[in-house]
Amino acid sequence: MENISGKEVDAADSDARLSEKELTLSMGPQHPATHGVLRLVLDLSGETIVKCTPYVGYLHRGVEKLAENRNYMQIIPLTDRLDYIASMANNIGYCVAVEKLFGIKVPERTEYIRTIVGEMARITNHLLWLATHALDIGAMTVFLYCFREREKILDLFERLCGARLTVSYPRIGGLKNDVDDQWLEDLYKFTEEFPGRVEQYETLIDKNRIWLRRTKGVGVISAEDAINWGLSGPALRGSGVSYDIRKISSYGVYDKVKWQVCIGKNGDIYDRYRVRMDEFRESNSIIRQCIEKIPKGPIMADAPKFTLPAKDKVLSDMEHLIHHFVLITKGPQTAPEGELYVATEVPKGELGFFFVSDGTGRPYRMRIRSPSFVHISALPAICEGELVADVIANIGSIDIVLGECDR
Amino acid sequence: MPEWLWIFIKVFIVVNVLMLHVAYVVYFERKVIGHMQARLGPMRVGWHGLLQPIADGIKLFFKEDIIPSNADKPIFYIAPIIGLLAAIGSLAVIPMWEGFSIADINIGILYILALSSVGSYSVILAGWASNSKYSFLGGLRSSAQVISYEIAMGLSLVGVMMMAGSANLSDIVRAQSEQWFLLPQIVAFFVFLMAALAETNRAPFDLPEAETELVAGYATEYSGIRFGLFFMAEYAGMFVMSALAVICFLGGWSGPDFWIFARVPGIVWFLLKVYAFIFFYFWVRATLPRYRYDQLMGLGWKLFIPLALANIIFTGLIKLL
Repeated sequence: MENISGKEVDAADSDARLSEKELTLSMGPQHPATHGVLRLVLDLSGETIVKCTPYVGYLHRGVEKLAENRNYMQIIPLTDRLDYIASMANNIGYCVAVEKLFGIKVPERTEYIRTIVGEMARITNHLLWLATHALDIGAMTVFLYCFREREKILDLFERLCGARLTVSYPRIGGLKNDVDDQWLEDLYKFTEEFPGRVEQYETLIDKNRIWLRRTKGVGVISAEDAINWGLSGPALRGSGVSYDIRKISSYGVYDKVKWQVCIGKNGDIYDRYRVRMDEFRESNSIIRQCIEKIPKGPIMADAPKFTLPAKDKVLSDMEHLIHHFVLITKGPQTAPEGELYVATEVPKGELGFFFVSDGTGRPYRMRIRSPSFVHISALPAICEGELVADVIANIGSIDIVLGECDR
Repeated sequence: MPEWLWIFIKVFIVVNVLMLHVAYVVYFERKVIGHMQARLGPMRVGWHGLLQPIADGIKLFFKEDIIPSNADKPIFYIAPIIGLLAAIGSLAVIPMWEGFSIADINIGILYILALSSVGSYSVILAGWASNSKYSFLGGLRSSAQVISYEIAMGLSLVGVMMMAGSANLSDIVRAQSEQWFLLPQIVAFFVFLMAALAETNRAPFDLPEAETELVAGYATEYSGIRFGLFFMAEYAGMFVMSALAVICFLGGWSGPDFWIFARVPGIVWFLLKVYAFIFFYFWVRATLPRYRYDQLMGLGWKLFIPLALANIIFTGLIKLL
């Protein structure tokens, strides 16, 4: 009412002075739990998120633009730096895409080895994810247990190609070098003990009531939303959508081994966690089957116009020397013109490469569809109405890496 | 020797032993948690890293003392000192062996509870004075946590006081000469244990300094020796809470009364029990994830306080009968 007594007007005045305003909190880019250099601007009411705005780009290195000035082979090391936690998977994704563009068929042994190292990359990625996710929720010990196993895979990578993190192991049309039997044997030994380790992580957190209360029913994404937002990988499968590019695409030997797509049901943090824990076991079994079935044979495709010749042939044969020279200096000169999009299933989701080729040795345009970028865009919708502590758990559960998001 | 000089010497010894304890309990924690996590902990400074605490201390002393320009300076200065003083002050009433405590006052338990409340002021004030949002949230969380858990802790000790018929800590220990209060007060012991974790801001209730959420909570803007003071206060607080648990539930300085054990001095038993408690703190930290703020509140108000109240009623009924 307008004509109320003075006393009540005063009360209204003081209400206006004590009006509520959200606290704006800038979380990141330097923050212990934003998995790199993600910056979130949170509008808080108490500890409840009213609005969450992600800012990306702090790790932008212009990978797509750099790629335009390099020939196809030179781009492989750039793809290492996308998702540096699972660089092997990016390398494979890129090589698969370029091979499709060039129309190369890689030998079977290579397909097997790529599947093996790709699944190893998935295990390292999920190990690091579990480590940091658990640390975000406060379980410190899981972090170091996961690193113990991750170390073993990285050691195997080092023995394989000399690098632990940025491997650049696959080549267009093949691989840098073949694997030896001893290496496969050691990897097989690792796969024997690894399921026990996964059980160990589960006993630490899966039966823990605090963990369950922090993750069950938090950060729920419905299947419909997940599809509409373009989520992929475990973030999508956690919501119960059975979509895995390894099943529907033709790269690798995923059609020759027995495995199943792991899906969740409720789409909360716990289900996404479960999906990844199941993927540990599936990846492990894929590696084992591949080691058992791997055939002998060449590792490079027979496509001299596109793939690097063997070094000893370069030194002894004119034809190969010319191919080598042209490929190194100018890139493949007979690349078909046109546009192509090829996606592979990297540990974080769907990593796609889109090429516009003008027939020169360099891509006219290379566009990377990065799962992390898409996942971050879903973050505000997931976080709103939840608590600060849940934001951290959510960031962990959608599994992002900023190197890939910002490119 | 005049009385005051004697007291001064006692205080001097106790405070210095406590400081040494704080330094080495950090080392102990790093070693324990290290081995629990499949690593070694500090190994470089001295034999098995034994000089690490000294190196850490020197480093903290010589680090630049950064004060944010927008901070409320006087409060920013005194906040860590309040915390440490409250923790050290509690030590005055703790009987370490038969007949030894600096001040044998008849409201020992209340005194310790009061000082631990004062200690939480340091966290709240630090969070406020830093003028930083993370610190502020840490301070807010701390004040909410202290209110919820102080009540549970106080109520859990009421049962002990009823059993002993006194609030004097030495009397409480003497009242346990027949039987420790651990079994008859098992519910209170459980509540006290959890409340002590929350009171000292330790995992899984370390919300005021939740690293992955609030960077370092109330200590975000602190550096150098001022940060070190918070650290000391936390570990001294752990010692006080463990000592209180030992005195109230585990028979204080009393040990087994046969064979060679009867000759072991009381202080050894006392410290053994205290360190067992401190080990428990570390173990919990290495094992459990962190509670969420609202879940912590729910736990305190809906579980611990009713439990503690029920325990008081139950104890009272037994006493009456």
